[in-house]
Amino acid sequence: MNRTAKPGTLLTYGAMVVGALITLFPYYQLAVMASNTTADIYSSPPTFWFGGHLFENIGEVFAKIDFFGSLLNTLVVAIATTVLVLFFDSLAAFTFAKYDFPGSNVLFGILLATFVVPTQLAAIPQFDLMAKFGLVGSLNALIIPAAANAFGIFWMRQYARGAISDEVLEAARVDGAGFFRTYLSVGLPVLRPALAFLGIFTFVNAWNDYLWPLVVLIDSNHTTLQVALSQLNGLYLQDYAVVMAGTLVAIVPLVIVFLFGARHFIRNIAAGAVKG
Amino acid sequence: MTAAVSAHRRWKYLPQYLAIAPFFVLFAIFGVYPVGYSLWLSLQRWNGVSEMKFVGLANFRFLLTDTAFWDAIGNTLLIWVMSTIPMLVLSMLVALGLNSSVRHKGFLRVAYFLPNVTSIVAMSLVFGSFFSSEFGVLNWFLGLVGVDPVQWLTDPWAIRIAISLMIIWRWTGYNAIILLAGLQALPQDVYEAAKLDGAGPVQTFFRVTLPLLRPVLLFSVVMSAIGGLQIFTESQILLGDRGGPEGAGMTMVLYFYNTAFADNDFGYGAAIAWGIFVVVVLFSILNWRLVQRPARGGEK
Repeated sequence: MNRTAKPGTLLTYGAMVVGALITLFPYYQLAVMASNTTADIYSSPPTFWFGGHLFENIGEVFAKIDFFGSLLNTLVVAIATTVLVLFFDSLAAFTFAKYDFPGSNVLFGILLATFVVPTQLAAIPQFDLMAKFGLVGSLNALIIPAAANAFGIFWMRQYARGAISDEVLEAARVDGAGFFRTYLSVGLPVLRPALAFLGIFTFVNAWNDYLWPLVVLIDSNHTTLQVALSQLNGLYLQDYAVVMAGTLVAIVPLVIVFLFGARHFIRNIAAGAVKG
Repeated sequence: MTAAVSAHRRWKYLPQYLAIAPFFVLFAIFGVYPVGYSLWLSLQRWNGVSEMKFVGLANFRFLLTDTAFWDAIGNTLLIWVMSTIPMLVLSMLVALGLNSSVRHKGFLRVAYFLPNVTSIVAMSLVFGSFFSSEFGVLNWFLGLVGVDPVQWLTDPWAIRIAISLMIIWRWTGYNAIILLAGLQALPQDVYEAAKLDGAGPVQTFFRVTLPLLRPVLLFSVVMSAIGGLQIFTESQILLGDRGGPEGAGMTMVLYFYNTAFADNDFGYGAAIAWGIFVVVVLFSILNWRLVQRPARGGEK
């Protein structure tokens, strides 16, 4: 690449930066609103600069909803789901990728077919099931159904097929390693980059999930952050600064988690689409 | 093969069957059983508490004439078109930009992608403030260029545009990353040939890049169709359970949620879920035929 910028390149760069700023503007304005009073927000012209009320607004949020309780619940759900998905999906993906056993093709076909089932088709009976299990209002109602999924198995199998060599598996077998031992010592280390991607993907989705928690955590005094946010908005609609402060503190942890793995994650999103 | 050998063979693969079992067990409990049960439920009248009452096909007969459901289908498809077309154009531009020799690509990529992982609930609240007709920043910006204030949350068409804008904001970066990967995988010799033939950049884009990128573009269309038919959160947060004035923001999934979990009409809710399923299947077939059109043999 040449270092002397051509005018066309500069123009492209300018346009790309302006586009990025427009994309990031909602985050900026969220921070602006969260640090001003509601009266400042509802002024004309609008406020575009930070005020001094951020901590006061956040304090109001903590007084109005059980923020830390919701945060803890969200963390428990997101972490538990991620750990379970990584274990079950990688184990199944490793098996489908590297072992030929009677019925494996048919079973994998069934797994692919499950993609077609829209979530709402199962939603009412799932709610009914949770009621029968006594799990309505419990975090387990969010974690258990999400503990393994077809997408993760499919995606990781694609990766495992190319990444794990048959020679190494054969060597492990000759050394007398059993199936599970081989998964742990040969499969998992090689799958680490795929695990990192699926981990972030699962964590983000579990963190942001809204419809199912809204349905199944009904009449519950512990909710997830997304449901708590929606409740905060419903109850304190007039108190806009407080709603925005709640929104800000609800997205900051996830944005930080994401930024740590962003480059790796984005590369994998792209790779999955082009290869898969 | 004798029975003894086949039994031995089966036991031999027990670890493999156990390894894949968790997904299939969970899917049996939370997928197969619920789908079957929802078919049964769709033939009942039931509020989840009192006795179920068998009503035959009455729910489906009502569904076919339920204008609210048809309107919800219409809204969902309208919002899908209004969001997907501008989004793909913008994604293409961002992808071309990221594929050129601009600086700070790492930062730009993350900046464009960030909306995709940010909570829809949270950002619907933020956008809700932007759409405020009197104090919202959107109308203020429009005022700067001489456009009269738009009633974003009360005018039916403005409502659909508002929801579409949120979807565009959320998915442009994601699709740009996918298109970028497609661009980077294109063979370079075709470009050299185009250059030798004296093709300009615009001509090259429409004659060379776009046709070669078709599979990746179709992937984006298919994915956005799957997601677009499930639009729920933006409408529910922005406009409430009823989808706002004239129900302009009432989507299929919101109508389902409303009927089943706000009105506790589980029987009719199950019928709506099957109705959505049919729409999704028809839409998928349409997409699939679009993808299959250039007959390419061999790989599935």
